[in-house]
Amino acid sequence: MRVKVRLFAQLRDVTQAADVDCTVDAPATVRDVWQTLVRQHPALAAFSSSLSSAVNLAYVRMDAAVHEGDEVAFLPPVSGG
Amino acid sequence: MTAAPLDLSGLVQLVTDAHAARAAATGAAGVGAIASFLGTVRNVNRGRAVVSLDYEAYDALALKVFEQIADEVAREWPDAILGLHHRTGRLAVGEASVAIAAASPHRGAAFAACRYAIERVKQVAPIWKREQLADGECWVEGATVDPADERARQEALRLACV
Repeated sequence: MRVKVRLFAQLRDVTQAADVDCTVDAPATVRDVWQTLVRQHPALAAFSSSLSSAVNLAYVRMDAAVHEGDEVAFLPPVSGG
Repeated sequence: MTAAPLDLSGLVQLVTDAHAARAAATGAAGVGAIASFLGTVRNVNRGRAVVSLDYEAYDALALKVFEQIADEVAREWPDAILGLHHRTGRLAVGEASVAIAAASPHRGAAFAACRYAIERVKQVAPIWKREQLADGECWVEGATVDPADERARQEALRLACV
């Protein structure tokens, strides 16, 4: 199945793209999507321990399920304000 | 979320009007205090000269997070109404990146709600800044977001009530 992935800040700098489509085997979790991305962009691995994630505009844990067509976002440490 | 310069007096008017409308509808006490906060771009960070900051956000999620922060404020200080605006794009030194206003019948809740809101923005809002320095550029890394982390929320509450 395919999900739409959104990447921000340093993560986008690594992939050179803010939006990427990602194909994973169902059933899949957010972590599966991340690991697929890391295989495509090994430099992302450095962010694995300080990552947050969201599915369809809600923060979720990495073990949350993803479904066909979901918007999955990966967020490095935030620095708003 | 906006790329345009922030308008603190407009935000103050928004929360004032919203509070007045609610007070009129419920018969509760009206506005007696408005606290406001502006976060601005500082000219130095960790000893390095800052030229400007580039802010980016996951806008749609940021708006939901701002609603969540306003809901948290409503639970802690039911008499207060919160307004929260954040800017994106390139900001020069001295420009405002975040504007917060809280209206309440009494000053204690207004000050506390304002402080609580900026602490929560820094903990959970999906917003990032990159420093443009005199000698390069650098992403600023703050908190790893864990919105279910009750300890972080309690820390924001503690800072709000000192």
